[in-house]
Amino acid sequence: MGSSKVIHALYTDDDVLLSAVKSVRSEKHHIEEIFTPFPVHGLDKAMGLEPTRIAIAAFMYGCVGLIVATVMMNYIMIEDWPQNIGGKPSFSYIENMPAFVPIMFELTVFFAAHLMVITFYLRSRMWPFKNAENPDPRTTDDHFLMEISVHDNENELKTLLTQTGAVEVHIVEKEAH
Amino acid sequence: MYTFSKRLKIVSLALFVIGAIGWGTSYVATHGLTLDDVKVLLAEENSHHGADASHGEETTEAMHHDVQTDAEAHAAMMHSTHDSDTHAEDAHGSEAHNDDAHAEHVLHQMHNRPYAALYVAAFFFFMISLGVLAFYGIQYAAQAGWSPVLFRVMEAITYYVLPGGLIVLCIALWADHHIFIWMDPEVVAHDALIQAKAGWLDKTWFAVRGLIFITGWSLYRYFSRKFSLAQDQADINDNSFFKKNFRISAAFLVFYIYTESMMSWDWIMSVDPHWFSTLFGWYVFASMFVSGITVIALITIYLKSKGLMEFVNDSHLHDLAKFMFAISVFWTYLWFSQFMLIWYANIPEEVTYFVTRIEDYNLPFFGMIILNFIFPFLVLMNSDYKRVPWFIVMAGIVILFGHYIDIFNMIMPATVGDRWFIGVPEISAIVLFLGLFLFIVFYALSKAPLLAKGNPFIKESEHFHY
Repeated sequence: MGSSKVIHALYTDDDVLLSAVKSVRSEKHHIEEIFTPFPVHGLDKAMGLEPTRIAIAAFMYGCVGLIVATVMMNYIMIEDWPQNIGGKPSFSYIENMPAFVPIMFELTVFFAAHLMVITFYLRSRMWPFKNAENPDPRTTDDHFLMEISVHDNENELKTLLTQTGAVEVHIVEKEAH
Repeated sequence: MYTFSKRLKIVSLALFVIGAIGWGTSYVATHGLTLDDVKVLLAEENSHHGADASHGEETTEAMHHDVQTDAEAHAAMMHSTHDSDTHAEDAHGSEAHNDDAHAEHVLHQMHNRPYAALYVAAFFFFMISLGVLAFYGIQYAAQAGWSPVLFRVMEAITYYVLPGGLIVLCIALWADHHIFIWMDPEVVAHDALIQAKAGWLDKTWFAVRGLIFITGWSLYRYFSRKFSLAQDQADINDNSFFKKNFRISAAFLVFYIYTESMMSWDWIMSVDPHWFSTLFGWYVFASMFVSGITVIALITIYLKSKGLMEFVNDSHLHDLAKFMFAISVFWTYLWFSQFMLIWYANIPEEVTYFVTRIEDYNLPFFGMIILNFIFPFLVLMNSDYKRVPWFIVMAGIVILFGHYIDIFNMIMPATVGDRWFIGVPEISAIVLFLGLFLFIVFYALSKAPLLAKGNPFIKESEHFHY
């Protein structure tokens, strides 16, 4: 696709940003991205983003952890070498289960937590030595930036964004990913 | 403002009367039982067993032997030890004597059943209101911003603390050795372990302690309600009643956590005076806390469905459901901690508690894990489901039933042993106290506006959004 033009509108207040998002969306412009220095409550709803499914993933990872713990201990303690250790019954898994519950619990939490975090990193493309994607370094400090792609409607967008309270509006040539 | 509808009044009174009649008939029926009746019954049961087995002489003989050793075991820990001295001498001697002792043991268990059924139900409904009182105190002490819209519901439920507590204490004292064998001087005379605990397990002292607990809880309840109502009338800038409530709540919570522990030793753990567990107080607390929160949610949903609590939104229900979920897990944690530590160490003096429960109460004992943990865990995990009233109601009913079974498992094995059943006396007792509970709670609800409008957090609470 080569390079395309985007418009960057900078705001200095999250309330102004939120109302700007609403008016931009009501004008049916597509918001590419918003950069904020901190989580803005309700921004995802205003932008109409889909809710995250990471909790569902975590639940499934937890189930995997529970299965891993159960299969592992059933194999080691019951099937492979059912030794009598201090009189604990090792004839079947259920008989000795109370002793396994702490490990089942911990592995469930371990799998759910770690795999969920890794999923989060992968899905949000975060890893060491990754190039930062900030269009403007001020967005990590005290500025909010809204990015809208331009389709031959530069002037219309510019006036709209200025009306919503943007402190700066730039047209930027952007390298396509 | 809620008006106590005539229909609800009739329903609750009808429940009370039906329960009372059902329980009364079962009480009369078991009260008239004599040793001979029980012998006939046991002979019938034995012949049934024999017919069922019908594998020839050998099995029947083995069965008979089982019954005999069973009888010996029963006799050894028999409540009434009138002839345990002689019994020890000829335990293996005369079979007829054994049968007598066994029959007497069974007779005691059957006599105990209506008392225990009544006590379990009375305690169950009482602990709901006490759990709510603790929750209410915590909301004040934590200055929670989300919950003040629910304060009037909580205040109404805690109205049951005083009558409910007195009823439990009265039943305990009236049932006497039918529930608490240490109240029987005959038993104590032959039991060195109970003698050593006689300094605590003394009937007068038991009654005095019970009254102290109930007085403390009721005083807090009385004053917090009074201040809460006074705050409604106070000037907009005058938060003095709220501050008073904050202070007495903090003090109450300290008092509560001590007395709740002692109450659980007295009213529940002492039914097994040979057994003790250090986290028992917490365990009972978790049970009452989650039942209490569940009842807050159920009554709130009921009133909201009547259009009387429009200010309660999805987020309030969501928070209540989160508490139901979290405290269910907390209960399970304590249940398992108590069980696993004792199972693991397997010290005979502690483990008998769980042996009787696993052998004679297998279904209720392990079934309550499904009711109290697995079901609410899976149903209330999803954030969206926690906002759906009928989901909360469904989970709530299962949780309440599960915690009834929990109390049942605490009391019954010590009083009726393997002669348990959830039949007429148990269900009647539940119905009886359900009627009483509903009547008192909804009467209290009708006494004040449903919104505590003077609370300084009420605006925040009304706009609470999660």
